[in-house]
Amino acid sequence: MIVSYSWLMGLSAAIFTIGVAGVLLRRNILVMFMSIELMLNAVNLAFVTLARRMGSMDGQVIVFFVMTVAAAEAAVGLAIIISIFRTRETVNADELNLMKW
Amino acid sequence: MTAQFPALGLILLFPALGFLFNIFLGNRSGRSAVNIVGPGVIFAAFVTAVLAFFRLHALPSGSALTVTLWPWIHAGRFQADIALQVDALSALMILIVTGVGALIHVYSVGYMAHDEDFARYFAYLNLFELSMLILVLANNLLLMFMGWEGVGLCSYLLISFWYTDTKNAYAGRKAFVVNRIGDAGFLLGMFTIVSALGAHGIWSLDFSVLRENVGQLAPATATIAAVLLFVGATGKSAQIPLYVWLPDAMAGPTPVSALIHAATMVTAGVYMVARMHFLYMLAPTAMELVATIGALTAIYAASIALVQPDIKKVLAYSTISQLGYMFLGVGVGAFSAGLFHVMTHAFFKALLFLCAGSVIHSLGGEQDMNKMGDLRKHLPITYATMLIATLAISALPPFAGFFSKDQILEAAYNSGHTKLWILGIITAAMTSFYMFRLIFMTFHGYSRVEADKLEHIHESPPTMTIPLLILAGLAIVGGFVGLPDGVLWGDKIGAFLAPSVGEFVPVLHGSYAMLTGVSLGLAILGIVLAWYFYLKAPGMPYLIAYQAQSAYELLLNKYYVDDLYNTLVTRPLFWISTFVLGRVIDSFMIDGLVNGAGLTVETGGRMSRRIETGNVQQYAFVYVLGVLAIVAYYLYLVTH
Repeated sequence: MIVSYSWLMGLSAAIFTIGVAGVLLRRNILVMFMSIELMLNAVNLAFVTLARRMGSMDGQVIVFFVMTVAAAEAAVGLAIIISIFRTRETVNADELNLMKW
Repeated sequence: MTAQFPALGLILLFPALGFLFNIFLGNRSGRSAVNIVGPGVIFAAFVTAVLAFFRLHALPSGSALTVTLWPWIHAGRFQADIALQVDALSALMILIVTGVGALIHVYSVGYMAHDEDFARYFAYLNLFELSMLILVLANNLLLMFMGWEGVGLCSYLLISFWYTDTKNAYAGRKAFVVNRIGDAGFLLGMFTIVSALGAHGIWSLDFSVLRENVGQLAPATATIAAVLLFVGATGKSAQIPLYVWLPDAMAGPTPVSALIHAATMVTAGVYMVARMHFLYMLAPTAMELVATIGALTAIYAASIALVQPDIKKVLAYSTISQLGYMFLGVGVGAFSAGLFHVMTHAFFKALLFLCAGSVIHSLGGEQDMNKMGDLRKHLPITYATMLIATLAISALPPFAGFFSKDQILEAAYNSGHTKLWILGIITAAMTSFYMFRLIFMTFHGYSRVEADKLEHIHESPPTMTIPLLILAGLAIVGGFVGLPDGVLWGDKIGAFLAPSVGEFVPVLHGSYAMLTGVSLGLAILGIVLAWYFYLKAPGMPYLIAYQAQSAYELLLNKYYVDDLYNTLVTRPLFWISTFVLGRVIDSFMIDGLVNGAGLTVETGGRMSRRIETGNVQQYAFVYVLGVLAIVAYYLYLVTH
């Protein structure tokens, strides 16, 4: 059975929305971080879907770049989170509000 | 005929160099260097002026020496250059300014011997000489105005020379402000001339050009211009109604009073009127005004001088009164008589001030004549020279004032101004009265000097007495250049000045003996009265002051004119400045604008910084909203 492109795009949009909602609503920065990964993967799905639809390899190539960047970002991001936790002893985003007036 | 004479520039260069040296290097170079440079440069200028005079004298009558130093203003078709000219009138003036000026500089060396600020003093004095020489050497009205402003500035600087005393600073400010009022008139007069002659295609303020083309002015325009220029003269030469600054100007050092407020600067107005005589000849109404103001000022100031107790104040009012005579002279058309009086007045009034300075100096700063008396034994040279000056100002023959004052009064009578002549001769009686009152109160009678000052009385040093002796000599012989017509060489100075300022054309021909006899008789009457009041019956002045108390108080308080000006002009201006300009416009409107702008930014910042919560999720939310907005926009574009 061949899944239609619109279903795939819809899935991508749904995962992306879940990711956005996760970033905006959850207070735990680890969960927010995972939600960002979710959004990246939703975008990857959209890329491959459209690449296939248009018969072009460009979209698939970009997915590899995105995954590479996501891996690097995960490494740096987790390091920052660990560092924050060590100094502030919290991963609650509401309490990490030093960057204000 | 005009001849180039580049050395005229030197007359300005010497005082300019002196000023620069004294102001920048004076304190470092020490007192002796300043004492040499200060008077030295003026002597150098005097020698140059004498050379210029002889050069001019060698040329045919009516010639002028000129030099254009550099181009100055070339705006459109209007032209004014830094150009100097010496005709008979300017020659007379530069000789007075540098000659009397040099003597007063020498006198100042002695007078300022105990003052710490001698370098600044001589710098200002040199700067004054420079400005005054620009004023009298200028070949156009605009450059003359520059000198006119320059002398005003120096006058201000020197009146408030001892600025640590607030009273002196106020006096300087008063002089400056009152002069500014007059200068506004001068400026408007110049504008009137430029715009009126510009309409005829003449874009110049050169005196020679003006003189040739003055006929193109409509009579009304000429009158307006002449009256406006005369307003400037009333400010500078202390005439009604702008005379009020001169008595206060006595706050400055006494040699300054002698140089600026008696001999030279205050005569600038007379010089200006004489220089513009061609304009005044076209405006009989303006001439009448000049003569009337002159005569009124003469008698008015003389009446105040009758009762003043301060020796310098008496001389100040006497100066105003004598300036009134000069304006009476030029106002009735006897320009050379007015200038003759400028010259003799420069000699005897400078001498009077310097003698007063010598008295004040020897008494350690005392100026109240009620605390003097019987000084003639202590100050023999001062007494002798001051007596000569007093005889000169009282117009007794053969002293200088006799000839010049007589020329003026004669001209006033012969031009048909009998009323002004009567004012003039009454003033003559008052003059000799108050001057001999001064002599008797200061040098005769019994001593009223305070005990602690009595032992310190000493005759002044030679640097002060030598100028006194020279000026006394001039006060004796200075009048002989203007003898009555037909006597010996006659009116030399009148003939010399005639090409520059024209000749007096009499309407009547009063008997010379009668005119002279009347004024001489009244002058002697004044002396006798002064002798009777202040030596014979010293109680009389008190008795009269007691019996005519209101009149006495009126004179003593200078007719309350200062108070009147205070109430009518100064206080309302202060009120407007404080409440309207200060509180409403400045504090409320301008400060309000500035503070309002600041407050708006501050409040805006305080409000908008609340947006920056530091909460990363809020930032992300706003960011998402933005993305959604952009997406919505593109969707809208696609669907439509």
